[in-house]
Amino acid sequence: MSHWSARITRRKLLQRTAVGAAAATGVVNAPSVLRAQGSAVKLGVLHPVSGALSYSGQQGRLGATIAIDEINAAGGIKALGGARIEAVLGDAQSTPEGGNAEVEKMNAAAVAVIVGGYSSSICLTASQTAARYDLPYLVDVGVADNIVTRGLKNTFRFGPGFGVIAKTALDNLVTINDQAGKPAKTVMIVHEDSLFGSGLAKLLNAQLPERGFQVLETIPHPTPTRDFNNVALKIKTQNPDLVIPADYYNEYVLLARTMQQQRVRPKGIYSVLGGAASSYKFVKEFPEAAQYIMDCNHWFDPRNPKALALKKKVEDRGEFYTYEVFMNYSCILLVADALERAGSAERAKMIAALESSTFAGHVMPYGPTKFVDGQNQGAAPVNTQVLGNDIQLIFPQTFATAKPVFPVPPA
Amino acid sequence: MLSLTILVPAILNGLLTGAVYGLVALGLTLIYGVLHIINFAHGALLTAAMFAAFFAHRLLGLDPYLAAVVLTPMFFVLGYCLQRFVIGPAAHGEDRNVLLVTLGLAVVIENMLLYAFGADTRTINLDYAFRIVDLGIAFLALPRVVGFGVVLAVTLLLWLVLSLTDTGKAIRAVAKEKLGAQLSGIDVAHIYAVTFALGTACLAIAACLLIPTYYVNPHIGNAFVLVAFTIVVLGGMGSVTGALVAGLFVGVVESLCGLYLGESLGQIGIFVMFILVLLFRPSGLFGERA
Repeated sequence: MSHWSARITRRKLLQRTAVGAAAATGVVNAPSVLRAQGSAVKLGVLHPVSGALSYSGQQGRLGATIAIDEINAAGGIKALGGARIEAVLGDAQSTPEGGNAEVEKMNAAAVAVIVGGYSSSICLTASQTAARYDLPYLVDVGVADNIVTRGLKNTFRFGPGFGVIAKTALDNLVTINDQAGKPAKTVMIVHEDSLFGSGLAKLLNAQLPERGFQVLETIPHPTPTRDFNNVALKIKTQNPDLVIPADYYNEYVLLARTMQQQRVRPKGIYSVLGGAASSYKFVKEFPEAAQYIMDCNHWFDPRNPKALALKKKVEDRGEFYTYEVFMNYSCILLVADALERAGSAERAKMIAALESSTFAGHVMPYGPTKFVDGQNQGAAPVNTQVLGNDIQLIFPQTFATAKPVFPVPPA
Repeated sequence: MLSLTILVPAILNGLLTGAVYGLVALGLTLIYGVLHIINFAHGALLTAAMFAAFFAHRLLGLDPYLAAVVLTPMFFVLGYCLQRFVIGPAAHGEDRNVLLVTLGLAVVIENMLLYAFGADTRTINLDYAFRIVDLGIAFLALPRVVGFGVVLAVTLLLWLVLSLTDTGKAIRAVAKEKLGAQLSGIDVAHIYAVTFALGTACLAIAACLLIPTYYVNPHIGNAFVLVAFTIVVLGGMGSVTGALVAGLFVGVVESLCGLYLGESLGQIGIFVMFILVLLFRPSGLFGERA
């Protein structure tokens, strides 16, 4: 054995790998002078900032870093003597394996909590890996119900799960239709053929007939799809009252534009977690195609001044105020509140602090936070509609900024 | 479901898509017909051309149709150099080496693009991308109609070049009888490179026609090249007209399968057809009988 290898002890190796990993993951917001004081709390901020989900991931990272900057500017975590928050940024590369690798690095970098994940598949595996290290994991968006039903003590979800979203979406659809005098009776579903779209289509096919709607046809398509002419033609021939798309952003936009192009005008387009319908980007770029589309999705509380201040801040940066931004922003504030109450960045104490959270300083229409088995009980989606050049909240009435326009007025 | 209001537009859309398939296949069939090699790098070169068209628009603000004017000669030169200085010398005159060299080239190009630009799927937005041509019986997307016209023009031009010019005659001579052509003073290495360059230039045009309505990522070429292989076999290996006609045919088959079997299964018809052609008419529709 050489002189060299004999000198590498386990502890040294761990230290070195940890430092290396931290450097590789990219520690930001940490000027060397401040770091020298040794009073920073590290937070893992995990998003798919490259690959197929890169846009959503970048938006999520934006929301999280804005929140961290605001907390640091306001004097850091007071319970820890004004400790600054250091974001350990991770890129899940739009794959579960990529997410896992980042969790390992973040664990080595000794983060107190990991926030993010975005897609259900990344959240599922990343939270599981984090559970091995008793590392608290706060899911930002991932809606798959089983994220919080696996009995993992470390995993929390601030936003609503798929079951709640689907039920709310259907209840609200019935209410909106009833209020308009039941103009919609027939439905066509267009969905992408992976877990998200297929799952939703299956659920809709089971639930819609019970609620008095007839499903004329269900059309699956792969992601990515770059031609929706056939789909638009099918919709045109069947002429349903309502079209329900379940797609990711690019396909959603393309479908809406192709329908517009082929002059297909159903009485309404209603989506559940519609990739584009609650997106200012879509509304700004293709206002005509987006007009009157309704969506049941994550949305900020439009009466909350903090939510509007964040909106202005994001728009001033030339970015779009998407749900990834305000959900991640809220998640970081939630973690900061837990740090204040725990008075420590220790993982067990953080898990306890999150479990007992009653945080209400977020920007979502949820009310105070209350986790039961990791799921925030107040979390719920709302209904939005594209009206004019803006997105209005149309349901529930307590938060509404406009009345629904349904059926769509003739061109 | 068999109503004409839906069938006619589906067939027309299929023809428009098929034209671009035909152009990609044209390059492939030309290279096969003359060099007698299957160019495995065809898909990767198409991907490279699509990235070039994408960045010409993103960075220089160049409209894809204008970019075609610049990119086509550039890819012609690229193709010439690849055959003359890389594939030709590396093959040492052995056809099976060419196969491996082009395959290697494909791996290198694709991974270089992956390394440089990541796996992201990119699209560009153009004002005219969603303009339509109203035929009364169908609404057709303007960029696809333009694409169709350009493909017809390119095919005609290529056919004229091959029939009338000296280089064209030399290309046909080499394709028919390499040794004989060499004996009559034709520089075979040069003609090989010119043919490869023509095939690559076709890809640059196809890329510029695709980019207004399609997306680009480092693996996009594979989707086209598989279809292009089918077209080359269907049309008859080495036949220019065959490639175009078979391309149109394949486009319609894909569109109708998409309509009746669902978008997820749209391409199944193409490959079923591929197997049938191999079984019953291996020389293709326009191919010379072996």
